[in-house]
Amino acid sequence: MKATARITAVAEAGRTRLVTLRSEPPLLVRRTGPRHAAGEVEVHLVGGAAGPLGGDRLRIEVTVGPGARLCVRTVAASLALPGPRWPERAGPRSPADTQSTLDIHATVAAGGSLRWLPEPLIAARGCDHVSRSLVDLESDASLTWREEVVCGRHGEDPGDASLHSTVRLGGRTLARQDLAVGPRACGWAGPAVLGGGRATGTLLVVDPLWTEKPPEAAVLGPGAARMPLAGGPAALAAAVGGDLREVRAALDRAFT
Amino acid sequence: MSTTLLLLADGRFPAGGHAHSGGLEAAVTAGRVRDLETLAAFLDGRLATAGLVAAAFAAAACRGGDTSTLDSEMDARTPSPALRKASRAQGRALLRAGRTLWTLSTVERELHHPVALGVVAAAAGLAPEEAALTAAYGTVTGPASAAVRLLGLDPYATHALVARLARDCDAVARRAARVATVDELPACSAPLLDIGAEAHASWEVRLFAS
Amino acid sequence: MHPEAHTHPDPHAPLTAGARALRIGIGGPVGSGKTALVAALCRTLAADLRLAVVTNDIYTTEDADFLLRNGVLPADRIRAVETGCCPHTAIRDDISANLDACEDLEHDLGPLDLVLVESGGDNLTATFSKGLVDHQIFVVDVAGGDKVPRKGGPGVTTADLLVVNKTDLAPLVGADLSVMARDAAARRGDLPTVFLSLVEDPAATPVADWVRGLVKG
Ligand SMILES: Nc1nc2c(ncn2[C@@H]2O[C@H](COP(=O)(O)OP(=O)(O)OP(=O)(O)O)[C@@H](O)[C@H]2O)c(=O)[nH]1
Ligand SMILES: [Mg+2]
Repeated sequence: MKATARITAVAEAGRTRLVTLRSEPPLLVRRTGPRHAAGEVEVHLVGGAAGPLGGDRLRIEVTVGPGARLCVRTVAASLALPGPRWPERAGPRSPADTQSTLDIHATVAAGGSLRWLPEPLIAARGCDHVSRSLVDLESDASLTWREEVVCGRHGEDPGDASLHSTVRLGGRTLARQDLAVGPRACGWAGPAVLGGGRATGTLLVVDPLWTEKPPEAAVLGPGAARMPLAGGPAALAAAVGGDLREVRAALDRAFT
Repeated sequence: MSTTLLLLADGRFPAGGHAHSGGLEAAVTAGRVRDLETLAAFLDGRLATAGLVAAAFAAAACRGGDTSTLDSEMDARTPSPALRKASRAQGRALLRAGRTLWTLSTVERELHHPVALGVVAAAAGLAPEEAALTAAYGTVTGPASAAVRLLGLDPYATHALVARLARDCDAVARRAARVATVDELPACSAPLLDIGAEAHASWEVRLFAS
Repeated sequence: MHPEAHTHPDPHAPLTAGARALRIGIGGPVGSGKTALVAALCRTLAADLRLAVVTNDIYTTEDADFLLRNGVLPADRIRAVETGCCPHTAIRDDISANLDACEDLEHDLGPLDLVLVESGGDNLTATFSKGLVDHQIFVVDVAGGDKVPRKGGPGVTTADLLVVNKTDLAPLVGADLSVMARDAAARRGDLPTVFLSLVEDPAATPVADWVRGLVKG
């Protein structure tokens, strides 16, 4: 399945208005917050429960205009699954036929704010999933960006999932992270990467108010830390844990 | 293949490496690395993440890539301030040694270690893939030798682990040397290396600088 | 620019002779009194010399903490170097971290007259590289018995000054100082040896005089 969702938020007279809300199955976007929010406008991606499936090509485009404030959530975790059995008569298959991809491109203009707080990606057995996110921030934009991965459903070894994320601030790379888990990745379960933890996540916060003084580095427990970044008013919290609850708890308290 | 490559990759090359454990001291204290088996898994993960990134940056710098761009791209791939500090300290030590032995193309005094390694390798007349190999090899030999010191592991058995990683190391270096543009530079992260480095930096008592 | 980068604009600038501080290494076996001597020298010399200290402890900050606790120098004049379980490597085979520490001190504090580099407690074979220090003091104590100078080793034989410390304990451990003096002279030829008790002479007078002579000279 191939689908693109588009969300565009602009500020008008001190309020944020959604000027584009384009859904395409299975990516359905719903406004969920109050209709006339003076503050942040909230949308949810619904119907993400079963999928992406192998072969899916999903794309989400988010644009936050100057001064606008948007929060995007999903109603449930995404469950990356292998695609339908490949029929033999269809000939040899290429990775493009069996891999699922999710491309997210977000831009946030000066004074704008985006909070991207989806539920985790669960890499089910046999999946072959790639997520790529690219966030472009004008200087003076704010961002909260959460990414979480759970390695397999309960008691199951994960399939292959890789997450690539790039955040640029004023045209310069602020943060780049690639994480790969699953049978094709090397050493991911070992003590250098996840150390047997089945869930991991990061929460990146960019806040222009930190230009003078970013938050200090802090150890948040045996599997979590908050780390100020080098390239701007930003910090990344990273957590590894036995399950999502542990990871989420660490990320939730990272900036409080 | 060259003697210069061996010189630069030698653990006794005086570039400050002996005081860094590549995250191993933190992993040992956290109980994640205890024996040869857990050390092997640690080295696998480190080579596939930090090793590939370091190798690609070393190759790019050796090829003449802009050092200040590479340096800030390395910053973007190193969320942990403790690891940025460790990388810059080792880069500085390497530039100091390199400047004494060869004529460097940069006047920078402090660069991330992989970038410094590429600059020094180029000055020594090495090819990008050789720079990549030196970087990849260093990411496993550093923690392996720290493991001998910290856990008292059998040095033969520890070297056998490194020997077993030789093909992977070669493959990482080849892959790293094929990276053509800054955007393609890998960013493989290892969350526990970052988190462990931050914990390590907060201790009052430690044997290694990182 | 990156806020963290290039905080040290020119740490490798060639230092013309005399432009940088004199560096004196203080080595010797574990517990012989190196830190106590460093503390004594700081107290005695701080009034007329601009000085700073680099420590190389097995555990990062033990020695530095002692100096801080005893208030002999403010914190910004003391740097601790981690040695990765190999204290002798850090002062002899791969001196980069110590050089960085010496240069950072001079960069941050402005011109200095003297940097004392204390090695981690090691064995009789550990000596400083000439690339790191200009002169070195080797500290042994009488508590290990009067055989130490006879055993020799590069520290005892080649150090610019040999300090035999804790002479106040000699009667208690049955060490014969005259034997030590004779053996030291045999090993060291013209190189000086001093006997010291930091309990009886907390100013470390003979060592402080020797150091002053080097700085002024
Ligand atoms: N009786 C006596 N004790 C001394 C003298 N000098 C030092 N000590 C004691 O010897 C002990 C060890 O002294 P340190 O200065 O810590 O020795 P060190 O050589 O720095 O030890 P490491 O750094 O651990 O190798 C301390 O308890 C000192 O108080 C001395 O002249 N006489
Ligand atoms: Mg001491």
